[in-house]
Amino acid sequence: MGLEIVKETEEDRLMTLSVGPQHPGSGHFRFTIKVDGDYIVYCDPDPGYVHRGEEKMCEYRNFIQNIPHLERPVIHDSTNITYSYSLAVEELTNIQVPLRGQYIRALASELNRQVYTLYWLGIYGIFLGHSTMFMWPVGDRELFIDLLEALTGARVTHAFNIPGGIRNDMPEGFKDRCLRQVAYFEKRLDEYEDIFYNNPLFRQRTEGVGVLTKEDAIKLGVTGSVLRASGIPFDVRKAEPYDVYNEIDFKVQYMKTGDSFARSMVPFLDMRESCQIIRTLLDKMPQSGEVRAKLQPNPKGPAGESYKRVESGRGALGYYIVSDGTPKPYRVKLSVGSFRNMLALPYLLIGSKLADMPSIYWSLNYWPVEADR
Amino acid sequence: MSSNQSKTQNDSNQKGKATESPQTSLSTKTEAAVPEFEASIINQLVTRFTDKVIKVVYVRPGRTKILVPPNEIVNVALFIKDTIGLDHAESVSGTDYPKDDQIEVIYHLSSYSDEKLSSHVLALSTRVDRNDSRLQSLIDVFKSAEYHERETFEMLGVYFEGHPRNDRFLLPEDWADIPPLRKEFRIKGR
Repeated sequence: MGLEIVKETEEDRLMTLSVGPQHPGSGHFRFTIKVDGDYIVYCDPDPGYVHRGEEKMCEYRNFIQNIPHLERPVIHDSTNITYSYSLAVEELTNIQVPLRGQYIRALASELNRQVYTLYWLGIYGIFLGHSTMFMWPVGDRELFIDLLEALTGARVTHAFNIPGGIRNDMPEGFKDRCLRQVAYFEKRLDEYEDIFYNNPLFRQRTEGVGVLTKEDAIKLGVTGSVLRASGIPFDVRKAEPYDVYNEIDFKVQYMKTGDSFARSMVPFLDMRESCQIIRTLLDKMPQSGEVRAKLQPNPKGPAGESYKRVESGRGALGYYIVSDGTPKPYRVKLSVGSFRNMLALPYLLIGSKLADMPSIYWSLNYWPVEADR
Repeated sequence: MSSNQSKTQNDSNQKGKATESPQTSLSTKTEAAVPEFEASIINQLVTRFTDKVIKVVYVRPGRTKILVPPNEIVNVALFIKDTIGLDHAESVSGTDYPKDDQIEVIYHLSSYSDEKLSSHVLALSTRVDRNDSRLQSLIDVFKSAEYHERETFEMLGVYFEGHPRNDRFLLPEDWADIPPLRKEFRIKGR
């Protein structure tokens, strides 16, 4: 057998790479990509490494017992993930939340959104090689964790929202402490902008990278900051206000370019707006009163179904709960922002450079554990 | 309990009256006053499709539920997208009803492009046979339903015709049991 000249085919040229789940830049998430030289030509997400069967577990526990395990999918945003659950159960069981309870609940949700966004920002910074942007947000995150600890008693997983209101009232002196720390944090946000968002290297790596047009954002049904970065000012707090949000005046932050830079900027703008919301909430809050409606030992309502959503750190977070009239839900479905935004990942990666992968992937505000549930 | 609930649905389905006897007692209370905007949506749907095909239930403000037979779901979805203007699926879920031998597949549809509709979530629901659970996929109408449908396939075993990948998604690679969200699948020790 002599030597044979074999012409290189397209298949030979492609290289398949498995990104994650051990890869430090992906979280508990794996996706397979194929690269042709420097360009990604194929992408297949493979989630499920942290699938816990939350929806199945819900069917075995009653409405109250479900709260602690439902915050596991996203412990950094645990108040928001139990928020829409509580709203849905309240609708099914006909519970009215006292006004002060509604305000404190919204306050906890805003503080927790800051905690999540800061954590996300830290990770985004470190994977773009900006280690200061990891240290600063993770450090400043302690401000809000301390506030939430004073408010709820736990640092990360609070189990604060329950159907009918919140678990306990605010401690004394919380308002002043909260205002002081928020004022400090707002100054820090200016420094973030200087060191990170105005950094020419950061801008080079994100501007014009992974552009998601308005039409495609609608078609793919993305949500949260990914959607608002593509020029659609949709925020559940504004579109369908829950609890006291129709009394709070705030602007929905959005950008029009739809690139990685816009997707990283929108959560930052949200944080600034959120500081203002926290102030308004503290200001308008009734100074005394009940924070929780009286519950029966095993709350249950008539058979029926409910779909409720709130704005979480990653976008709309919806619960679809079917009740058959017993204290245990018949079916619980979580429609989470991360799972919905995952559809944009192959869409944005295909055709972009391998070096742009981290800046696109993390800009999607994706939390693997939440997507897997 | 669930069978009672679904029986009422089926009965009223046969009667085919558009705004009568929703499945919940909660909704019966609020039914007297259907807000104008919801009423116009319901009206549009009922005029386009005959009462025999489609049943529209007003659940509560911003929530309307449509019950359709499986073979009509694509037509109704196209109408919802083109005429009513809901442009994406927020969630697709399946609920198992072993007592009726059926699986309910329900699409929660919403809108980004129309500001007036953004507070609305329309639930498009259909029931397929539990032993031969096949349904026409809606990804040509709502691309956003793609991963949700794939999840429904692996969790409930509903095969979506026309979907490129009726495939494992969240479960382990070596999963060899029945779809876990079916009611006969029990968590060990419970």
